[in-house]
Amino acid sequence: MPLTALVRLLVTLLLALPVLMVLAAWLQWDAQSAEVLHALSQTVLPDYIGSSLALCLWVSLGVISMGSVSAAAVTLFDFPGRQTLSWALLLPLAMPAYVVAYAYTDFLQYSGPLQTSMRSFWGLQGALWPDVRSLWGAAVVLSCSLYPYVYLLTRTALADRAPQLMEAARLLGAGLSRRIFRVALPLARPAIAAGVALALMETLADFGVSSYFGIQTFTAGIYKAWLVMDNRWAAAQLSTFLLLMVALVLLLEQRAQARLRFVSSRASGQSHESQPLQLRGWHAGLAIFLCLMPILLGFVLPLAIMGHALWQSSLYQPLPWWDFAHWVWNSLRLGAVTAVLAVAIALMLAHSVRMQPSFWRRFSTQLVGLGYAVPGVVIVVGLLLPVAWLQSQWPNSQVGYWLTATVLGLVWAYLVRFIAVALQSVQSGYARISSSTDESARMLGIAGWSLFARVHWPLMTRASAAALLLVWVDVMKELPATLVLRPFNTDTLAVVAYQLARDERLGEAALPSLALVLVGLIPVLMLSKTLRKST
Amino acid sequence: MLTCQWTLTHGWRGWLLVSALLAVLPAAWAEEPVLNLYSARHYATDEALYNDFTQATGIRINRVDADDAGILARLKAEGSASAADVILLVDATRLWKGEIDGLFASVKSPLLLKAVPENLRAKERPEGTAWFGLSTRARVILYDKQKVNPSEVDTYEKLADPRNRGRLCVRSGSHPYNLSLFGAMLEHLGAPATETWLKGLMRNMARSPKGGDTDQIKGVASGECGVALANSYYVARLMRSNTPEDRAVVERIGVVFPNQASWGTHMNIAGGAVARHAKHPGNAVSFLNYLVSPHAQKYFADGNNEWPVVKGIPMTNPALSAMAGRGFKSEQLPTSLVGMNQIKVQQMLDRVGFR
Repeated sequence: MPLTALVRLLVTLLLALPVLMVLAAWLQWDAQSAEVLHALSQTVLPDYIGSSLALCLWVSLGVISMGSVSAAAVTLFDFPGRQTLSWALLLPLAMPAYVVAYAYTDFLQYSGPLQTSMRSFWGLQGALWPDVRSLWGAAVVLSCSLYPYVYLLTRTALADRAPQLMEAARLLGAGLSRRIFRVALPLARPAIAAGVALALMETLADFGVSSYFGIQTFTAGIYKAWLVMDNRWAAAQLSTFLLLMVALVLLLEQRAQARLRFVSSRASGQSHESQPLQLRGWHAGLAIFLCLMPILLGFVLPLAIMGHALWQSSLYQPLPWWDFAHWVWNSLRLGAVTAVLAVAIALMLAHSVRMQPSFWRRFSTQLVGLGYAVPGVVIVVGLLLPVAWLQSQWPNSQVGYWLTATVLGLVWAYLVRFIAVALQSVQSGYARISSSTDESARMLGIAGWSLFARVHWPLMTRASAAALLLVWVDVMKELPATLVLRPFNTDTLAVVAYQLARDERLGEAALPSLALVLVGLIPVLMLSKTLRKST
Repeated sequence: MLTCQWTLTHGWRGWLLVSALLAVLPAAWAEEPVLNLYSARHYATDEALYNDFTQATGIRINRVDADDAGILARLKAEGSASAADVILLVDATRLWKGEIDGLFASVKSPLLLKAVPENLRAKERPEGTAWFGLSTRARVILYDKQKVNPSEVDTYEKLADPRNRGRLCVRSGSHPYNLSLFGAMLEHLGAPATETWLKGLMRNMARSPKGGDTDQIKGVASGECGVALANSYYVARLMRSNTPEDRAVVERIGVVFPNQASWGTHMNIAGGAVARHAKHPGNAVSFLNYLVSPHAQKYFADGNNEWPVVKGIPMTNPALSAMAGRGFKSEQLPTSLVGMNQIKVQQMLDRVGFR
C-alpha cells in the first residue's frame, strides 16, 4: 500500500517536524547565539535549571501525597461518603491550573480580601503569610490540579488487586501498617510513578501558571531568549535542554508503565469475599478529611473565588454575553476539528503498529507522541522556524499565509502537542483486543483496512470517544500556541481569560474561566461514570 | 447617506469624525473594504474605536490581539505572505525593533506627519516614515501617602536610594515597559551607573518582582509597598472605577511625575505602522489617519486614559486632569537609542538578578 505508507510518512513528518527543528537548531550555531547562550549560562541559566528542578520536586511530593493517599483511602477502606468522594476526587482535572492560579492570587495576596480583613480585624501588621506568587505557590497550585493523574492510576492499580491481597495478608496475621507498606505500596508503586511522570510533563510544559507568577523556569528562559533577546536559534537551543529533561521523565514513565502492565496483567477477576476495611469514629473522619482536602483546594475553593469575582463584576458592569458566545463557539470549533483529526491520525498510527510492529513504526509513533511533553512555546518556535525559512526561500508561496490566516497552523500545533493523548487512549483500546481476534479474522479472509473497519473499529468506539473528548478539552485549555497562531477574529475562552487576567481585570476574566471549567467537567464526569461502572 | 445619519445622531463629535474621514477616504476606495489588524492593545474601549471606523468607512476590521513580541515573531515567520495590514504596538522599543527588522512599510502621509510630533514617530526618510506614535503614557511613581514623603521619590534615581530600602515594588524587569525605562536610564546615566542603579533597585525591593502594574499600585495601597512604578493609565483606570475597593486604593496613594527638574518623566509610546506586505495599503493608511483624527484621539484620552499625541484635543478625562493638571515635563529621547539598549539592559538585569 504505497499510498497509505506515503500518507503515514507525511503525517509523521509533519507532527515530528517542530521537535526535530528544535534539535536541528544546534546546526545553526553562530557567534550571536553563542554570545547569548554564554551570557545566559553565566547569569540566569543555573537559576532556570534550579527552579525547574525544584518545582518538579515539590510537585512530585505534592501529587504523591494528595493522589496516593486519597486513592489508598477510597480503595482499601470503607467510610461514609466514600462513593461520592471517589469520583469527586477527579473534579480538579476540569480546572485549568492557570485558573486556580488566578483565583488563589486574588484571594490570598497581601492586598487580597482575606489578608486585608484579617489585618483590620485583629489589628495585625505586614504580610501574614508568604506570597502565593512564588515557587512554592506554583508547586501548590500545580499539585492541586495535577494530583488526579496519580490518584486515577493508583486507584486503578489498587482496586484491581489490593483488597484480595490485603485480605490474605490480614488472614496471615499482618498488622495494618505492615499490610499498607508491604502489600499495598509495592503494588501501587509503578502506578504512582506513572502518575508522577504525567504530572511532571505537565509541569515542565506549563506556561500559564509560571508566567502569571513570574517564576524563572526553563520555559520562561526560552521565552526570554526568543522574544526579548530576539534570538530564535538560542531559544531553540535552550529548548533542547528542556527536551532532555522531558526525555528523562518519559523514560521514568515508560519503565513504570511496563511494570504496571506486568502487575495488571496478572490481575484476575474480583473476589467477592474481600471487602475494604470498614472505618469508624475518628478514623473515618480522618479518611474523609484526607479525601476532602484535595477536592476543596483543587476545585471547590477556586470555583467559589472565581464565582464571587464574577458576581462582583456583574454588579458594576454588564457581562459581555454576545462576545462570550463567540469565544465559546471558537473554542468548541477549534477543539472539535483538532479532536476529530487527532483521533483519525491516532487510529491510523496505532493500526499500522498493530499490523506490523516494526522498529521504525514503533519509533515513529513514539517520536510523534513526544510533542505532549513539549511546552507550547517550544512547539510554536519549532513550527515558525521552518515556515519562515520556506517563505523566505520562495517569497511567492503562500505558506506563511495559510499557516496563520487560516486555522491550519493552529490545528497543526495542537496536533503536535496533543496527538499523544489520543494515541494513548487508542493504543490502550487496541491492547484490549487480543491478537487471536486478528488471527481469526485473517483466517476468514479479512485483512488490512477491512480488518480495521469491520473488526477493530466496532471494538474501539469507546476508546476513540474517550480520546476525542480528552483532546477536545485539552485544546480548549491550551494557551501559548493559541495566543500566537490564531487567525483573525478567533478569540477563545482560554486566550480571553489569560489576557484579562494579565491585564489585572480578574472579575471579567472570571466568566471565560468558569466556562472553561464547565466544559472541562464533561469528560471528567464521563470518566468518573466509567470508573463507577467498573467498581 | 450613512455619514449624514452618523452626523445627525452623533452631534459635533460626528462632525469631527466625518471631516477627518473625508480627508482620508479616496485612498481607500480602490480596495476591498477590509483591514487586517494585528494589535497589542488590549483595552476594552478599543472595540468602540474600531466600530466607529467601520461604521463611517464601511471597511471591516479583522483583528488578532497578542502581545508585542508574539506579533513581531509571527510577522517574521509569515514574511511576504502575511495578511496583516496594520500593526498596533504598545511600546516604542518594539516599534523601533519592527522598523529595523523591516517589518513595516514606509508611509508618506502629510496628515500623519502634521498630526504626530517628530519625537513620537520614526525618523522621516525619503521613502516615508515607518511608524507613528498614537498615544503616550507616563511611567509614574506611586507612593504611600501615610509613610512616604513625595520628595523622597521625585526622581527615578532616588528609587535606588538607601532611604527607600524595603519599599519598592515593580513588575518584572523584562517587561517591555521596564526595559524601555531602563534603556532610557542607560542613555542618561551610562552603563556602569545604570547597573549600580539597578542593583540599588534590587536592594530596595519590598518583594520580588511579580504581577502587573495594577498589582504594584494595590501593593502600595495595602501597605505592602511604600513606592511603586506603574504606567499612568492604570492609575487613571483605578481613579475612574466605581467599586469601593478601587476607591479605597486611590485614597491612599500619591502620584509623582519623576525627574521634573532634570530630563523629564519617561513616556511610553503606543503606536501603529503599516505592514511591509500589506494587501490593503490604502485602507491601512486610512486607518492610521483615522487614529490621529480628533474623534479617535479623544477615545485614547477619555476611553483608555492615555495622552493623545495630537496637540489641542479637548479632553474631558477627570482622572488625567487630576493627575497632571498643570502639565508636566516629559522625556525627549529618540526611541532608536532606547531600542538599541534593550539587549544590553536585559543582560544587566540578568547580572544583577533582577527578574
